[in-house]
Amino acid sequence: MADFLFNNIEETVSVILFGIGFTMLLLQQNLIKKIMGMNIMDTAVYLFLAAKGYIYGKMVPIVTDGVLEASAYINPVPSGLVLTGIVVSVSTTALMLALTIRLYERYHSLNLDEILMRAKKEEKS
Amino acid sequence: MSRKRENYEKSFLFRLKRWMDGEVDLLENGMETVPLPKRRRYQEVEEKLSSKSEKSASGRGELSSDREELLSGGKKRFSADAEEKALRIYRRIYQVMSVVLCLSIIFVLLWTIAYLPVFGNAGNPDNNEVSARYIEKGLQETGAVNIVTGMILDYRAFDTFGESCVLFIGSCCVMVLLKIEKGSKSKKNQERLAKSQDRLYEPKNDVILQKCACVLVPVILLFGIYIVLNGHLSPGGGFSGGAVIGSGLILYLNAFGFEKTERLFTEKTYRRITVSALTFYCLAKSYSFFTGANHLESGIPLGAPGDIISSGLILPLNICVGLVVACTMYAFYALFRKGGM
Repeated sequence: MADFLFNNIEETVSVILFGIGFTMLLLQQNLIKKIMGMNIMDTAVYLFLAAKGYIYGKMVPIVTDGVLEASAYINPVPSGLVLTGIVVSVSTTALMLALTIRLYERYHSLNLDEILMRAKKEEKS
Repeated sequence: MSRKRENYEKSFLFRLKRWMDGEVDLLENGMETVPLPKRRRYQEVEEKLSSKSEKSASGRGELSSDREELLSGGKKRFSADAEEKALRIYRRIYQVMSVVLCLSIIFVLLWTIAYLPVFGNAGNPDNNEVSARYIEKGLQETGAVNIVTGMILDYRAFDTFGESCVLFIGSCCVMVLLKIEKGSKSKKNQERLAKSQDRLYEPKNDVILQKCACVLVPVILLFGIYIVLNGHLSPGGGFSGGAVIGSGLILYLNAFGFEKTERLFTEKTYRRITVSALTFYCLAKSYSFFTGANHLESGIPLGAPGDIISSGLILPLNICVGLVVACTMYAFYALFRKGGM
């Protein structure tokens, strides 16, 4: 197993990054830190996809000198998928940050526990 | 045993734990930060509870004896203590459980990775006939030298349309959340408006920034336009070029303020540009899908591969995507900073 993990070092690193992001998402009470963890998870997924598309010793998929053989270029499909992921992550991050700003304006705190406590208190009264 | 306890205060683990709990700020003396009020949540709750009990006791008037007051206050405090203890135990269990969960997730994923095919091998199952077909027929069918661009703006153009719509909807949601209406007279709105115009720490007419921006902004904008227009010939395309143009606009805004940028970019222009770009994208791609599905001649020339004006619809679609992305980036920044464009 260790051999394989070392061979696939990119995938291993991406999985560990994913785990770090997930841990941040669960452990941190600060909303900004939670968003950071989410972004780390996104980055891990990009790394994984980009690593899946790479082939040793091949060119970027831009046709040069009219070479049109599939064996000359790397896989173009994961590159397109990473692009999709980046766009979606940018918009979700902006949305989450905007929501955080509104929550801070309302409850004057970034701590999730505190926000929930105050919201409950407001509901009761 | 006792010696260990004494050393624990100075040990690395103790400091790490304190840092993890957020009790100490490592950047406190190193950076210009506003020191946070060092008051813990439980104390706050306790204070509130005790003040409330005092208030209620005084509200009842002089009838209540001191003894009763003391008793009720003590009871409240006791319940607060128990609550605090329960909360602490709950948080400890929660932390342990989440760490265990995360470690198990990492372990399972690593186990999966051990069975994945070797990195960078040409015989891997993901390098199948789909990518081979994109590479072999891509140039001939789409006319784009950059195969990734040909793929995302021709074969999977509908997906890219969805992406631009996601960006547009994201900026709309941020606008709904953060926009401050200047016209309305409600108290809350006025408060937010006053807060958004409070710019203590911003540079005002900073000469260094303005001179740098004078040199940099045209170059950045030109580079962004170059990336957008060469999306089908070289690495790049609408998304990356649009992001570069947006960052150039943000730099201009930072250097010269909103008065200058409002002359060329207001909310109205934002709305017009994004909506017309998305509409054009939708119509153009619908036309090409319609003709393609019915085996009709679309009448869009592909041109010679390698020229700027070639590869059919890819260049205009790239421009549309670039416009949407640039506007969205600028809108995000302006909304987060001022609550309006």
